Amino acid sequence: MIKVENLDVVYGAKDKSNHVVRGVSFAVSRGETLGIVGESGCGKSTVLRSLAGLEGAWTGSISFDGKPVGKVRTREELKLAQMVFQDPYGSLHPRHRIGTALAEPIRSMGGGDGWARVAEALQQVGLPAHFASRFPHELSGGQRQRVAIARALILSPPILLLDEPTSALDVSIQAEVLNLLADQREDRNLTFILVSHDLSVISHMCDRVLVMQNGVFVDELSREDLQAGVTHASYSRELFEASFL
Amino acid sequence: MPDLDETPVLSVRDLNVRFGRNSIPAVSNVSFDVGRERIGIVGESGSGKSTTGRAIMRLLPQRAAVTAERMDFLGSPLLEKTERQMGGLRGKDIALIMQDPRYSLNPVLTIGKQVAEAAKLHLGVRGKDAVARARDMLARVRINDPDRVLSLYPHQISGGMGQRVMIAMMLLARPKLVIADEPTSALDVSVRKDVLMLLDELVRENNSGLILISHDIRMVAAFCERILVMYSGRVVETLSRLEDAAHPYTRGLIAAMPDPKHPVRRLKVLDRKSIEVETNP
Repeated sequence: MIKVENLDVVYGAKDKSNHVVRGVSFAVSRGETLGIVGESGCGKSTVLRSLAGLEGAWTGSISFDGKPVGKVRTREELKLAQMVFQDPYGSLHPRHRIGTALAEPIRSMGGGDGWARVAEALQQVGLPAHFASRFPHELSGGQRQRVAIARALILSPPILLLDEPTSALDVSIQAEVLNLLADQREDRNLTFILVSHDLSVISHMCDRVLVMQNGVFVDELSREDLQAGVTHASYSRELFEASFL
Repeated sequence: MPDLDETPVLSVRDLNVRFGRNSIPAVSNVSFDVGRERIGIVGESGSGKSTTGRAIMRLLPQRAAVTAERMDFLGSPLLEKTERQMGGLRGKDIALIMQDPRYSLNPVLTIGKQVAEAAKLHLGVRGKDAVARARDMLARVRINDPDRVLSLYPHQISGGMGQRVMIAMMLLARPKLVIADEPTSALDVSVRKDVLMLLDELVRENNSGLILISHDIRMVAAFCERILVMYSGRVVETLSRLEDAAHPYTRGLIAAMPDPKHPVRRLKVLDRKSIEVETNP
């Protein structure tokens, strides 16, 4: 479903350049959930942003569903992958009602005004339809993240890119959002890439985990490895030990 | 000289906090004692755990009505102190470490100035002595190159180092009670452990009491001798081990956390109705 080869991201130029992602390659098959874990600044979010088309400075090749995509995406390509960010308050316009925010992707993709699908989208993520007339500040953090997920799903993309979707939430709310994501994955046969620094969330959700350090993948762990606590690199060992006190 | 005093550092009975004319109290009837030990307060956002911490420091805004049958710090009632007396206690005898060092450090002053200021205020030293104290303290929190760090501004250091600087500043005066409000939530997992270990080590060395406020029940359980679990302003349970958890809310919190060793297909979510029944019989 997703194939990335030799992805390189460099910010700045010449002596001030910062090589953030250093030639990473990976593939994700349909219906699979890939986790990327690492500390801040290791380049995990940059990989995701390059996949979503938010990053302009990458080289290498990215293809979705067998078709290569470029830096500038067409509408069809944009509909393939949608992203959910860490802080839902930052990703929802504070002066747009929830309904407006949910209809916007459809409108901007030329699919009419999109209002007809707002109620259904809200109900799918477990929110009442009358929330469409509320503003983001009238919702709790968990409800806002549900709206962000509904907004990403309203274009029915086969791929969902999740950048720390639950790190701003309480554990009890985190469980609800993770369950919602798992349900949607099952219903729609979605492919996920989940970026997080929380190994327990990653190992709950993912079939396979890549450990990232300084822009490269240093380890790959399967679901069985995670359960047994097996690691293949010293860095992932450290990360493991720090995560589970 | 080891402090053989067995009286609790802080003793709180029936603490109530109410904001404005709000009919629902933010904190209601919270009672606990802190000796020379580490206790943890856990709960979700809005459970009143941070408000409890701030009420002890008397840092809540005017519209918050704080009442308590007793809130004694080393035997003297905190609620009867004047603002001036509180100013003398804060930082010197009771220290508060907050979540994000980026917001607690002054962005336009160097680290050196800020740590030295703490030495000047609480230890009564001046000039070069204060800077020397600051340097020693930074070395104590395992900052490798204290001289360089002294001349840096807060935006030039990482979050983990910022939190070490905060710990250095707060523990310089050897406070009797340290309140750490989510000290590691803004940090990466890899540095979280180091910061907690450091805090633990310094608190033990000073023989102070520590109140660790966090939403991460496992982390608190690993570090503290006793855990108070708060839900909607009340302490629903006091535990010494997670395994003893009996209240449905505590059990729900533990079950809601994904555990890689015991994978489940769906995580348990809190059943708030049954918790309400249990807390308001």
